[in-house]
Amino acid sequence: MKTYPLEIKLNGELRSVDVEAKETLLEALRNKFGATEVKNGCGKGDCGSCTVLLDGQPVNSCLTLALQAQGKDVLTLKGLGGEDRPHPLQKSFAERGAIQCGFCSAGMMLSAKALLDRHPRPSREEIREAISGNLCRCTGYKKIIDAIEDASLEAKS
Amino acid sequence: MTMDKKTIRFTVNKEMVEVTVEPNALLLNVLRNDLGLAGTKYSCGTGACALCTVLVNGEPILSCITLAMAVEGADITTIEGLAQPDGTLDPVQEAFLDHGAIQCGYCTPGMVLMAKDLLNKNPHPTESEIRGHISGTLCRCTGYTSIVRAIKSLSK
Amino acid sequence: MDELEYFRPKDLSEALRTAESAQGAFKFIAGGTNVIPDMRSETLAPRLLIDLGVLDDLRYIRDERGTIAIGALTTISQILASDAIREKVPLLFAAAGRLGSPLTRNRATIGGNLADASPCADTALPLLVMEATVHTARPRGTRRDIPMDRFFLGPNRTALAENEIITEITFPKPGASERGSFIKLGLRNAMAIAVASVAVQLDLRGRTCRKARIAFGSVAPTPMRAAGTEKNLEGKDIDERLIRECSLLVQEEILPISDIRGSAEYRKMAAAALFRRAVQEAVSGGGE
Repeated sequence: MKTYPLEIKLNGELRSVDVEAKETLLEALRNKFGATEVKNGCGKGDCGSCTVLLDGQPVNSCLTLALQAQGKDVLTLKGLGGEDRPHPLQKSFAERGAIQCGFCSAGMMLSAKALLDRHPRPSREEIREAISGNLCRCTGYKKIIDAIEDASLEAKS
Repeated sequence: MTMDKKTIRFTVNKEMVEVTVEPNALLLNVLRNDLGLAGTKYSCGTGACALCTVLVNGEPILSCITLAMAVEGADITTIEGLAQPDGTLDPVQEAFLDHGAIQCGYCTPGMVLMAKDLLNKNPHPTESEIRGHISGTLCRCTGYTSIVRAIKSLSK
Repeated sequence: MDELEYFRPKDLSEALRTAESAQGAFKFIAGGTNVIPDMRSETLAPRLLIDLGVLDDLRYIRDERGTIAIGALTTISQILASDAIREKVPLLFAAAGRLGSPLTRNRATIGGNLADASPCADTALPLLVMEATVHTARPRGTRRDIPMDRFFLGPNRTALAENEIITEITFPKPGASERGSFIKLGLRNAMAIAVASVAVQLDLRGRTCRKARIAFGSVAPTPMRAAGTEKNLEGKDIDERLIRECSLLVQEEILPISDIRGSAEYRKMAAAALFRRAVQEAVSGGGE
């Protein structure tokens, strides 16, 4: 099986593994980099649960070859923050009850982060547009939008 | 056929209340609509899901198939009466929060009251006993695992 | 897909040379938003992937006085972020905004959208009504200019030769008297394959239509111009009666099929309704 060396900066840390040509970024992240916080929902770009930030832009990692991320920055949920230093989005999602089963949550928060980086004070319509590629079957979206709005009202994002 | 309303009194969450109800009034509806206590949920309306559970004289009953007049003079506890007056949550409520045992939240009042009832009667329930005690209370979200874990964490 | 190989060309020439020596067993990949699902569903099974996504000098949007030129590797997000497109080409701006989702738009390219040649390719409709030209490069330095209305040959089939790469798309900048509208009907707000879609560009003086260009998606084997309806509009004053008459013509010109997203009968009615709405929007001063 022919493999190629892949080097990426994953959540700020330089990491390298060998990957096959057909391997998607999602597969490499989950199976080789141990980043199982990136979820495999539909595998075809429809659900957005595999969302990561690639050089700051939200993309479907299931629609990106691992090799297409060569040399780039990849941010996952773990790079956003953790229990000891939660990102304002992680706090507001928890506080607003915007997380039920949790499967869409990582992708939602990363799409939201990309939005807030560009538009610190988005309208609810802009929030809806920014998460339009991320499906949620549990919450009905309202609490997610509320949570993103809350996070946008916090000073830093 | 006329329905003669009657004024009845009972205690809810340690407060004496007085309501005037028709003979066919359901306890669930009196709690939610007349007394504004919407924490107890109206779900199936046929006694099958137990989301309408309240404690009457310390015993869990299905308020959607209980007539209000049947509890005249009784001591009722709803989910609103579980936390302390100062807002401090009951340990059962804390455990549910800590273990992610709440998703949509609709079964939670009924589940929490059944958990409370179990621990009042049996402070050291096994997992099997826990599952048996909540077997009448339906949850569509969690798959029960986190609920059972939450209750087990209080088993001493 | 077992022994799939991946190659990063350092420039366009190397991409073309590699394609030529691969003799057909290869696939160009850019954003990957169509190629990867096709490989997973085994619609595509190439031996070699040539990654065009690394050709950064094919990412640009240029306003060259009368003409807009867009590099083939420009992403849909870049098109949406362009002031020039938003202000001067509202039809393309609208279509780009309905393509995929914010996530796929960060990767998908305009060249890829055309090369994939779906019957409902979103960017194809504005490019058809603006009578765009697709510019290509082939091995040994040859170049071609393919008019948009000769580009699509069938579902997922184009006039491109095997070793041919789209380099640029150009079109005349819409003039002050040109008004358009793009409407897409889908089953979801994002990631929707159109049930039916329409782009309309009318050159109006008052209510008189001097020139009409109309394109539909998802109602034929390729994105299509409704030439008969266009001729029926030109030289006339647009009123309710004419719009109604043309919407009936539309239903005769299009060739929808029944599929998982809708029946042919539904698509005929939907296309007619979208056409009426689009013309009304264009006439009432809509830029999109």
